[in-house]
Amino acid sequence: MPTIAHLITGAADLIAAFLFMYGLKRMSSPVSAPSGIRVAGYGMLLAILANFLDVFTVNTAAKPHLIVNIVLAASALVIGASIAWFKGRTVAMTEMPQMVAIYNGLGGGAAGAIAAVELFGHKTHGMTQLVVTLLGGLIGAVSLSGSVIAWAKLDEILKKPMRFRGQRLLNAIVFLAAIALAGYIVFAVKSGVATPLPMNSLIWIFYGVTLLFGILMTLPIGGADMPVVISIYNAATGLAVGFDGFVIQDPALMIAGMVVGAAGTLLTLLMAKAMNRSVTNVLFSDFGEVNKKKKGKIIGSEKPVEASDAGIFMRYAASVIVIPGYGLAVAQAQEKLYEFVKLLQAAGVKVRFAVHPVAGRMPGQMDVLLAEAGVPYDLIFQLDAINDDFATTDVALVIGANDVVNPAARTDKSSPIYGMPILNADKAKKVYVVKRGQGKGYSGIENELFYEANCDMVFGDAQAVLVKMIEAVRGLGAAAAA
Amino acid sequence: MNFEIAITGFVALYIFMLAAFGGWVIIGNVPAILHTPLMSGSNFVHGIVVVGGIFALLNASTVAEQSIGFVAVLMGAGNVAGGYAVTDRMLAMFKTSEQPVHTVHKKAHKKLAGKKS
Repeated sequence: MPTIAHLITGAADLIAAFLFMYGLKRMSSPVSAPSGIRVAGYGMLLAILANFLDVFTVNTAAKPHLIVNIVLAASALVIGASIAWFKGRTVAMTEMPQMVAIYNGLGGGAAGAIAAVELFGHKTHGMTQLVVTLLGGLIGAVSLSGSVIAWAKLDEILKKPMRFRGQRLLNAIVFLAAIALAGYIVFAVKSGVATPLPMNSLIWIFYGVTLLFGILMTLPIGGADMPVVISIYNAATGLAVGFDGFVIQDPALMIAGMVVGAAGTLLTLLMAKAMNRSVTNVLFSDFGEVNKKKKGKIIGSEKPVEASDAGIFMRYAASVIVIPGYGLAVAQAQEKLYEFVKLLQAAGVKVRFAVHPVAGRMPGQMDVLLAEAGVPYDLIFQLDAINDDFATTDVALVIGANDVVNPAARTDKSSPIYGMPILNADKAKKVYVVKRGQGKGYSGIENELFYEANCDMVFGDAQAVLVKMIEAVRGLGAAAAA
Repeated sequence: MNFEIAITGFVALYIFMLAAFGGWVIIGNVPAILHTPLMSGSNFVHGIVVVGGIFALLNASTVAEQSIGFVAVLMGAGNVAGGYAVTDRMLAMFKTSEQPVHTVHKKAHKKLAGKKS
């Protein structure tokens, strides 16, 4: 029986590993993406079911506990999966970033816990395994506590980045302490010397320190940088899972973990590039702390206009490019926006959406939110594809976006966003900016665009403004018909 | 025949290297529009950790191992189910031009609708 069990789980893991990679490949194109996640899902289901055959191959020490363990495993599986499934099905699309953060943290925690079981049970064979187990535990635990902090920040439970003097030094000390503890554990196991504390206490302290490091490392990072941080932890969890796979001799974990580790790293770099931030900059600098001194340099004033006038102006324009930002999602106005866009299209206006890579709070989130509102994705253009078209466009409609259209990124070397690629909304013949009030963007920088001669401001809640625009344009149609 | 898997030293490094290279290449040309779903999708894939949790829990022989193993499976199951639910929801929203929600080719759709009615 053990031989057959090994054969079946081995084959199932092989198929699962293939399906994961094939599924991820399909997920890399919008056309095949929905089937990609399903392909990966079949692989996962197969792997989970097949691995219950481990009951025939458990070690002798665990044999007497087998029934209890099976019940525990099945109930943990059902409880964990149903809570997360329910939450994942019901959460609002705007809260997606923090959900990804928390699910990732769970994965990291699971990886850390598996390493802990191996460590506490003294089940590792040889030095290599012990070192890899400690590494898996370290990375998994950091990923868990770090992701929880990232979640709390995105959920606005933690509002401000926490920074204090000597923080970097403290972080370095805590990190080195974790490494030193791991080193000491390896040394103690290898040489067999008596440790001042029991081995299990040392392992507990090791986990305590690593969890603390994850918290300390994430606390000083600002909310705007959280997507990059989550992506880093996503890659880290992958790595930890890969290491765990080596420890428990499961190639499916090794392959899936390492594929995610590499893919996550690349994704992190792509995101950081889109935000014009280097990864080290995100992790070790104090974004938003600089450059608040400059004030009153901007000449001119913001020109407020009525929503209805702006709506009618767009109705008679030949082409409009809409630039949605996170403010649109906060006001839950995506559907109203698409309703307005459909009215314009019915009147013969060429309407396109221009989405900045970091629109929303996570790269690509704005695309998801627009898709949710029913906007077909071939109306949505990315920065590179549309930026040259602004000069020949009648109206740029900026809704709830700020920093991504700030010309300071092109011109002002002292600006913290200098060098970030922006959407050239200011090049359009006319710019309308829909904004709640006269506040600043996420980065806290003044936006010169709002003071330009060709720019008018429509103040108000995005939803209310769009309702007015829709009414104004509909009113025109009714008047013409009468 | 024995089908038990034994991976040691260099074999592990080869597996890691090839898998990492595969992951890098697979994500290579992904458009920005898919960054969030893909992060979520890869998040789902590392949910395979639940399998490791099941293995660890089934082989547990002390209360401490059982409790930590239970937590591992609980968290791993959350990772898998949540990751799938969220990714699937996001990706289901991406509509292609062939589907009748498209408005740029309005005329074509009107024709289609006309034929149907």
